[in-house]
Amino acid sequence: MLAMALKELRQLRRDRRTVAMMVILPVLLLVVFGYAARFDIDKVPTVVVGANAEAVAAQLPDRLDVTAIHPDWTRADGVDVLRRADATVVIVADPKAPTILIDGANLFGAQSVLRAVAANPQLPRAEILFNPDLATSVVMVPALIGMILVFIGTVATSLGVVRERQSGTMEQLAVMPFRPGDVFIGKILPYFAVGIVDLVIVVLAGLWIFGVPFNGAPWIFAIGALLFLFVALGMGVLISTVSENQGQAIQLAIMTLLPQILLSGMIFPLDSVAIGVRWISYLLPLTYFVEIARGVMVRGAPFDALLFPIGMLLVLAVAVFALSVLRFRRDLAPSAGRDDRAVTSEATA
Amino acid sequence: MSGLRFGRSPEDRVTGWGLERVTVRYGHAVALDRVSMGVGAGSVTAVVGADGAGKSTLLRTLVGAQRSVSGRVRRPAKRRIGYVSAGPGVYRDLTVDENMAFSARAYGVPRRAARERIGELLAATELTAARRRLAGQLSGGMRQKLALAMAVIHRPELLVLDEPTTGVDPVSRAELWRLMARLAADGTAIALATTYVDEAERAGSVLVLLRGRMLAAGTPASIVADVPGELYTIAGPAHDPRAWRRGPEWRLWSPGGGAPPDAELRTPDLEDALVMAQLAVELGTPGDGGTGAAA
Repeated sequence: MLAMALKELRQLRRDRRTVAMMVILPVLLLVVFGYAARFDIDKVPTVVVGANAEAVAAQLPDRLDVTAIHPDWTRADGVDVLRRADATVVIVADPKAPTILIDGANLFGAQSVLRAVAANPQLPRAEILFNPDLATSVVMVPALIGMILVFIGTVATSLGVVRERQSGTMEQLAVMPFRPGDVFIGKILPYFAVGIVDLVIVVLAGLWIFGVPFNGAPWIFAIGALLFLFVALGMGVLISTVSENQGQAIQLAIMTLLPQILLSGMIFPLDSVAIGVRWISYLLPLTYFVEIARGVMVRGAPFDALLFPIGMLLVLAVAVFALSVLRFRRDLAPSAGRDDRAVTSEATA
Repeated sequence: MSGLRFGRSPEDRVTGWGLERVTVRYGHAVALDRVSMGVGAGSVTAVVGADGAGKSTLLRTLVGAQRSVSGRVRRPAKRRIGYVSAGPGVYRDLTVDENMAFSARAYGVPRRAARERIGELLAATELTAARRRLAGQLSGGMRQKLALAMAVIHRPELLVLDEPTTGVDPVSRAELWRLMARLAADGTAIALATTYVDEAERAGSVLVLLRGRMLAAGTPASIVADVPGELYTIAGPAHDPRAWRRGPEWRLWSPGGGAPPDAELRTPDLEDALVMAQLAVELGTPGDGGTGAAA
């Protein structure tokens, strides 16, 4: 038994990445969890519209953080503000029918506002839009679609390159007339097709089983979802290029999944994540997918309201592609490197 | 000075593809030290050496999979190179046919031509009956033949094989050599690494590596002719560092000539010559004044 334990210890010592993960991960998880795991929202972004906007805005409780006042705007403008997620609450300060409009897609924000309204009897009646029952599934299912895609996509492709390297076929590819970009696209294309099938199944299941609404335009959702799928698959390939074996690849893939689940706004609202940790959220593709999926499915947001998350997914897609190609260049075209001082003549005759 | 000890330096007769005074480093370790090798069209060049001598590094540098720090590499464009890594690089979870189809597509062989060529190569490698089997289910020899067939699907000008016969049974080895001879006859320049000296003897030219340096180069006959000293068969066992056992006999290398009383002079073959050349580097010859360990 001692012999076995000693052997394991020696092997473990050689696998520095695993040791680092076992030591660093618990600390990292605790810190991230600690700062991210908050459901309570101190300040809710609020827009006040209607004739009495100025006067009403001055009397609101602290929790409602007024970000804009538009006396000439109507209720319809207010609904549009919520649809675009420019605020969580819109106070319609119309003397005839004063109303508080709340974005039901922002579950914790909405609950926080409802508590504030209950504590202040002089506030007008509240009306919850998009998700009137504040059903958890309506908010969670769109985000879960993204989590499932990132989970399947990243893990599936993370093994691809490592497998080539371990079986010795990577060296073969290096000599074949492939460009690094060809290999990247070729690697993810089949998974992309499978991912699209997965996506359709998961979305349909979400609509049928959980009765999640689909209020927006499917094409906007499709653009966001396909970009997101590309990033998720590309991240897997990138992980694969920096891993030495399949075990490491899986470990790394799971390491990138954890923060996405915790910090993407899927479970804990982004507004309540501490600033020191929130910047990580903005590097994660799931953050933007959650924004797009909830925006399109629940709020029926228009395309221009989702330009930022779609643009960010595009940036991440380019980044993942460029980094993977750079890594591939090391494996696939070492003799073509810039710092190659050898006079290599590639005679073509 | 290239560091070449025996045989003729190939630098002045590099025709076709090859390396000229190429140095490769892995970090601070020198894997290849000013090594030159020519691979002419229609000929087979064998790279011989012990494990870790630099054979794979040399071949990888030749095909462009390894960066060199100095020297000159002459290789055709990627589309005209065929390469079989030590792996060998076949996809175990694809069938023989699927592996061949992948290679044909990767090298841009038109579909109809590819179908004909695959049929022809599978027949030549006697893999036709196994074309629907997974490569992972093939024997080692069959896998090597498949790898070779994949590497020549596009009729490369330069074919590079990293130990294609290691771990392969004698019958498959003979088949592989027959295939290589046919390819060379068609004008392909072939470079291969091997640990078997009897295989090197079949090659047109041989490069012997010792710890990343050129120990000997030339035709097998010229290497044998250039090794200094004489070879004797002696009654063993012997404790002399210049003696070694080969088969049932003991051999003794005598650098300056002259032999023990009951020794019998004999003509060295390539294997003897390689041992003698290595001893000459490690122990030194009377002429070069000392132990010139690959200096």
